[in-house]
Amino acid sequence: MSTTTARSVLPATPSAEERSAARTNWLKAAGTEAKLLLIGIPVLLWTLIPIYHLVLFAISPKQDAMSGALFPAHPTLQNFKIVFGEKHYFLSHFWQQFWNSALIAFATGVLTLVVATSAAFAISRLKVKGGRTVMNMALFTYFIPAAFLAVPMYKTMGSYGLLNTKWALILAMVTIASPYAIWVLKQASDKLPVELDEAAIMDGASPPQLFRFVYLPLMVPSLVAIGVYALLLAWNEYLFAFLLLSRDTDVTLPVALGSFLAADDSPWELLMTTGLIYALPPAAVYYVFKRYMVGGLTAGAVKS
Amino acid sequence: MSATVAEAAPAAAAQPFRLSSWQAWGLILIAPYLLVFLFFVIYPIGYGLWLARSPASYAHLAADPIFARAVVNTLIFLIVGINIKMAIALLLSGFFTNERRWIRWLSVLFILPWAVPSIPTILSVRFMLNPEWGVVNQLIFRFTAEDGPNWLNDPTLALSLAIAVHIWKSLPFWTLILLAGRLAISADLYEAASVDGATRWQKFLHVTWPSMRTLYVTCTILSMIWTLGDFNSVYLLTGGGPADLTHVLATLGIRYLRLDQVDHSMAAVVCAMPFVLPLVYVLMKRLSK
Repeated sequence: MSTTTARSVLPATPSAEERSAARTNWLKAAGTEAKLLLIGIPVLLWTLIPIYHLVLFAISPKQDAMSGALFPAHPTLQNFKIVFGEKHYFLSHFWQQFWNSALIAFATGVLTLVVATSAAFAISRLKVKGGRTVMNMALFTYFIPAAFLAVPMYKTMGSYGLLNTKWALILAMVTIASPYAIWVLKQASDKLPVELDEAAIMDGASPPQLFRFVYLPLMVPSLVAIGVYALLLAWNEYLFAFLLLSRDTDVTLPVALGSFLAADDSPWELLMTTGLIYALPPAAVYYVFKRYMVGGLTAGAVKS
Repeated sequence: MSATVAEAAPAAAAQPFRLSSWQAWGLILIAPYLLVFLFFVIYPIGYGLWLARSPASYAHLAADPIFARAVVNTLIFLIVGINIKMAIALLLSGFFTNERRWIRWLSVLFILPWAVPSIPTILSVRFMLNPEWGVVNQLIFRFTAEDGPNWLNDPTLALSLAIAVHIWKSLPFWTLILLAGRLAISADLYEAASVDGATRWQKFLHVTWPSMRTLYVTCTILSMIWTLGDFNSVYLLTGGGPADLTHVLATLGIRYLRLDQVDHSMAAVVCAMPFVLPLVYVLMKRLSK
C-alpha cells in the first residue's frame, strides 16, 4: 500500500533535471510526430483527392459540380435517383448492366474455384505426373500481361462463335484468373500435413473422398481469398469486357461508363454517380474479406 | 518382424493399383485447367502468331511513326515510371512500420485506390483535368486569373499524368508487399545496430536494404511486366491522344484492332514480346531459385 502511494506521488514532484529531460523527450517525440505528419498528410491527400472528386460530383447538382466547387454546397441524392430510375438515355440499361457485371463476376469466381482447386489438389496431393510442368505453364501465363492476350482472345472467341455472349467474358476471365489461383492454392495445399492424407487413406478413403472430406474443409480460408480475387478481377475488368461484348444490353458497367466518353455532351455528374455505385461493391467486398486477402497477398502477388 | 513382412507384402501388391487409380483421378482433376489452357491460351497464341505472320505487317509498323512513338513511351513508362513508383513504395513502407493509431487508419484508406476499380477513378482524374470545367484549372484561374494548361492536350504532360495515374493506382499494392518484407526483418538486427550507434541511414543501408534487395528487384521486374500490359491508365485518361502521341504498346494493339487492322494489331503485340519475355524469363528463374 505504502509503495503504491510512493510511486504515485513520485511523478508529481520531479526534480528540475527530470523535468528538462521529460521536456526534451517530449520535444523529440513531437518532432518525430511532425515529421510523420509531414509524410502522412500528403499521402492522405494524394490518395483521396480523385475519390473525393468522384463523390463530390455524385452528390452535387450539375451546375455546382461544373463550377469547380470544392465542397458540396447543396448536397443531393438526385443523381442517384436518376441512375436508379434509369432516367437518362445513357443509363437506359443500368440495372441490366449491373446484373451482367454481377453475374459474370460470380460465375468467374465459382468456375475459377472449381478449375483451380481441382488442379491444385491433383498437383499437390495426388502428385499427378507432369504437375510441375503445369505449374510452370500456369506461372508463365500469369506473368504475361493480359492486355497482350486481348486481341488473340477476341479473334478466338469470334472463331468459337462466343463473341457477344456472357460466356466469352466468363471464360476469358477464368483463363486470366486461374493461373494465380492454382499457384496460391498449390502453395497452401503443400503446407497441409501429409499425415492427414495418410490417415484418411488408411481408413480406405478414395481420392474423391479425400478431396471432399479432408482437403476442402482445410482449404476454406485460401478458397475464400481466391474466390474473392477472381470475383473482383472479373467485376473490375474493362478491356476484355469492352472487346468481347458490344450490345447495350450485354455489356458490363465499366463498358457502359467508358461509352459515356464517346459523347461530347456527356452528363458528367451521372457518369460519376454510376462510377461510384460501381466502385462501392468491390471496395466493400475487399474490406470485408481483408483478413483473408492479406494472407493471399503476401503468399504471392495479386495483379495490380 | 514376421508381422511387418506380412503387412508389407499386401501393401506392395496393392501399391501399383492404388497409384494408378490416384494418377487417373489426378488426370481427371487437372483436365479442366488443361482444357482452359488449350482452348484459351495455346489456341489464341497460335492464332495470333498466324495472324501476325506476314512480314508486310512489320514493315507497315516500322514505317508508322505512331509505333516508334509508342515504343519510346513504353520505355519511358517502364524506366522512369516504375523506378519512381518503387522508390516511393520503399520509402512509404518504412513510414507504415511506425506504430501509431492514425497511421493504421491511414493505411486502411491508403489501400483504396487499389481496392476500387480503375475506371471511375481514372475518369474522375480526367474530369479534374478538363481545361474548361475541370476543378484544377478553375482553381488555377481563381488564384492567378490566368488559364491553366490544357493538360491532356500536351503529349509530354499527358504521358506524365498517365504515369501519375498508374502510380496512384498501384502504389498501395507495392507498398503493402514491401511492408510485409520489412516486417519480416528481425528486430534484433535493428537493436544491435542501435547499440553500435548506427544512424537511421546506416540502419537502412546495412540492415534494411540487404534484406529487402531481392524482394525489391523481383517486385520491380514484376511491376515492369504488368505495366507493359497497363491498358487502362493510358487509354482511359488520354485515349492515346493528342494525335496518337501517348500510346503505349498495350493500347496500340487495340488501336489497330479498332481500325480493323487485325494483322497490324497482332504484329504490335508480337513486337512487345522482346520486352516481356526476357523479363518473364528472369523472373521465373528468380522465383524457382
